[in-house]
Amino acid sequence: MAKITVIPFGPQHPVLPEPIQLRLELKDEKVVSAIPALGYVHRGLEKLVETKDYLQTVYLVERVCGICSFIHSVAYCQGIEEMMGVEVPPRARFLRVIWSETHRLHSHLLWLGLLADSFGFENLFMQVWRAREAVLDLQESTAGSRVILGVCCVGGVRRDIDEAGRDQIKATLDRLEQDLHRIVKPILKDYSVQHRTVGVGQISRELTFERGAVGPVARAAGIAQDLRQTGYAAYSELDFQPVVETAGDCYARMLVRFREMSQSIELIRRAMERMPVSPISVPVKGNPDGEIVSRVEQPRGEVVYYLKGNGSKNLARMRIRTPTFANIPALLAMLPGCELANVPVITLSIDPCISCTER
Amino acid sequence: MFNFVGNVFRNLTRKPATRPYPYQKRAPIAGNRGHLVIDPAVCVYCGLCSKRCPARALAVTRKPNTWTLDPYRCILCGYCVEVCPKHCLSLKPEHGDYS
Repeated sequence: MAKITVIPFGPQHPVLPEPIQLRLELKDEKVVSAIPALGYVHRGLEKLVETKDYLQTVYLVERVCGICSFIHSVAYCQGIEEMMGVEVPPRARFLRVIWSETHRLHSHLLWLGLLADSFGFENLFMQVWRAREAVLDLQESTAGSRVILGVCCVGGVRRDIDEAGRDQIKATLDRLEQDLHRIVKPILKDYSVQHRTVGVGQISRELTFERGAVGPVARAAGIAQDLRQTGYAAYSELDFQPVVETAGDCYARMLVRFREMSQSIELIRRAMERMPVSPISVPVKGNPDGEIVSRVEQPRGEVVYYLKGNGSKNLARMRIRTPTFANIPALLAMLPGCELANVPVITLSIDPCISCTER
Repeated sequence: MFNFVGNVFRNLTRKPATRPYPYQKRAPIAGNRGHLVIDPAVCVYCGLCSKRCPARALAVTRKPNTWTLDPYRCILCGYCVEVCPKHCLSLKPEHGDYS
């Protein structure tokens, strides 16, 4: 009988953008089980709400994640608005969709580059990140910052997109669509890419559901669950349908994200066409009182905000459940039985965001 | 097998996507929140900006009138610019040189 060897994968590892440790129990080259160890980048952001007022907290929650920052602020602001009975102007709801989808685009492009890097496809990594740069420039010119936009506020948004901005968005999306078209064939049809992803890290629909996976991980296993179906912000007016694949392996997760990028481009175009003329924010008076759960769809899946106000300017409690936290149990089910060499690819296939998870 | 060859040739014939920073700097994009500036002639030193600043990057005193920004704490959110009753604060697109 082969001896069991324990190998620490991380917290510092060339393919991991952020620190997480997986203690891998191996029998020869095959993984038998994996035990995660978290806690390397805990910052105590939830505790900080006690020292900031609820309007300042918008800038705090944007810093939970360095990739999907805007969507965090949307989740938080929607929760506070619901608690205080604030009606957001329609144009602000559409603007929230536009910036949420640019965030999804650059997040998926970043992930694709990292995945390519994890199996040594450096050229693709460069190609994808070059395409991502256009999205970041777009965010900088429309919102004033490259990643942490700071444009969402309780009661609406702080910036409008004018005609010149709309033209720039259209031009950028056209160019990005061409770039994606050029890289989609080399990635999806390439022998090496298929060899490293097809059938690797496979998880069944039932097990995915049982483990409570969210986002592209769940949708790649056939679960048609996407919070945008609930129609928050302006999604109810954009004919949204979730992207679903059934294979449940790394290739299916890549396919889901590829199709979501095309879908995001289409959603932004539709949002710009259907965006009405109205104010972009309403004044908010008073302090939040009561408790609420706010859920939105991030690039990695569903984020849940629990907010509790006590009538003062500071919230009594804020709790954030991020998508990576929900996807780690599914990751632990994908790893047993795989080769050690496939662990980095499988780990990256859930698009782990550890700073989000530890807050 | 040769799916990527076309892209490789295209990359070889294109200009680099990067620039030789710091010798060549990108022109600032209009509307970017690059750095915070104050017009001291208009400021009444009410201190509202420092009270609202989420990062506690501003310190304002009266007698003597001082307005101090800690550029390493500032998160360039622009909240102070919005709340300033005298509109003496503004964000410029160039990134500040704090070296």
